[in-house]
Amino acid sequence: MKTIRIIPRLDIKGPNLVKGIHLEGLRVLGKPSDFAKYYYEQGADELMFMDVVASLYERNSLHDIISETAKSIFIPITVGGGLRSISDIKEVLRVGADKVCLNTAAIKNPQLIRDASRMFGSSTIVVAIEAIRESNGTYLAYTDNGREYTGVDVFQWAQQIDELGAGEIVITSVDREGTGQGYDLELISRITNLVGIPVIAHGGAGKQAHVVDALKGGNISSAMISSLFHYHFIKENESRASSLEGNVEFLNQKRSFHTFEPCSIEDVKGTLKSNQIDCRL
Amino acid sequence: MDINFKKVVIIDYHLGNLYSVKQACDTVGIYAEISSNREDILNADALILPGVGAFIEAMNNLKNFGLDTAIQTKVNGGTPIFGICLGQQLLFTESEEFGAGKGLDLISGVIKRFPESIEDRKVKVPHIAWNTIFKFNQEWNNTALKDLNNNDFMYFIHSYYVKPNDDACILTLTNYDGIEFCSAILSNNIFATQFHPEKSADKGISIYKNWALINNLL
Repeated sequence: MKTIRIIPRLDIKGPNLVKGIHLEGLRVLGKPSDFAKYYYEQGADELMFMDVVASLYERNSLHDIISETAKSIFIPITVGGGLRSISDIKEVLRVGADKVCLNTAAIKNPQLIRDASRMFGSSTIVVAIEAIRESNGTYLAYTDNGREYTGVDVFQWAQQIDELGAGEIVITSVDREGTGQGYDLELISRITNLVGIPVIAHGGAGKQAHVVDALKGGNISSAMISSLFHYHFIKENESRASSLEGNVEFLNQKRSFHTFEPCSIEDVKGTLKSNQIDCRL
Repeated sequence: MDINFKKVVIIDYHLGNLYSVKQACDTVGIYAEISSNREDILNADALILPGVGAFIEAMNNLKNFGLDTAIQTKVNGGTPIFGICLGQQLLFTESEEFGAGKGLDLISGVIKRFPESIEDRKVKVPHIAWNTIFKFNQEWNNTALKDLNNNDFMYFIHSYYVKPNDDACILTLTNYDGIEFCSAILSNNIFATQFHPEKSADKGISIYKNWALINNLL
């Protein structure tokens, strides 16, 4: 059987779950552990925690959130953001992460992928590619949540990541991320055809049909989703922002952007099943 | 701590995430201790052999810590052992991986890698997915899988799988993209899974509980 995975992604800034557009303009949505627990109960296949400002400030503040989550949530947890060295990776795994996600440090030093895969096993090392489509139609990899230009061609980089021994690639379309306009299918299918390792699609899911579009070919292993599920959570639950930093009025109105049709994990999986796409339901 | 508590040692050979294995034990009431110490293993009532990573490095670490012979002594003496993922593979005779060599040889068989392609079709490796386990040769009633149904989903993350020489020890099979492989074994005091029960939600945690109950560890 070949089953796909649905992976809610939780972007973290300090103690809060946040969500941006094009990975920028972060809005505080609530307490990460509330969302994580809800997604676990709803049948999430894995969880991804991303410390979205860690690279910018060269720090990692996610450890407490991870170890708290891993005590009661028995599905795989991937952690990314600001991991720069073997010892950073070791520390995150020690506090309860199952996999780590590298981006900025891996582009600066590709050897880190090889060293980390050898030490922790390929399957522990996920590499994120933040792709931006240039005006001439090429795709370049960016770092630091789409802020920093590297000039690295996305497709060559994906092949190199595979050769260096990583276990998975998360491909983010920065152009689509947070917009709800659908995944960049051309980008994602080109990447998955180039590499032998599983590829996770990220950036742009605005409704269930977008997820079906990305996964129906059978070559893309997983879909990573934030806004769709986060806005659904807010509709279904009392907003429990852990601080007053967020736009509390917005949250209490239980609104979402008009470009999204929020849905639960169960909704998405049901729709996938009815489209003959296998998943754990 | 009550002196009568049965002590389970989670064998730490410095590869992989032991946190979630410990959390799973805590959740079901297993008194488990993480240790790399040979004496602790020799004094344990039961062993858990987890692991993520490379077979060759794992065996080297076990040997360097003097744990390989301690595990063999205990398991041959009848102590229950629960192998998980790489921990299952280490129980076997040898790996086909180039230069990887011998395992603990407690179960006769080899470790194979998933092919990169079948005919013209590419196979994504590692196999990272929730996949179904189904019965083969043995019923699950009196095993750690007794609360599971045929074709329940478990979480897999691996590039290699075990191939026992004797089919009789096969407890479950799984099919990944057309490739059928042994996903759990049971042979007397040896129980092992290729999947990660501690990452497989409630059903996975029931495996820890039932393994402990069957072996009188609670």
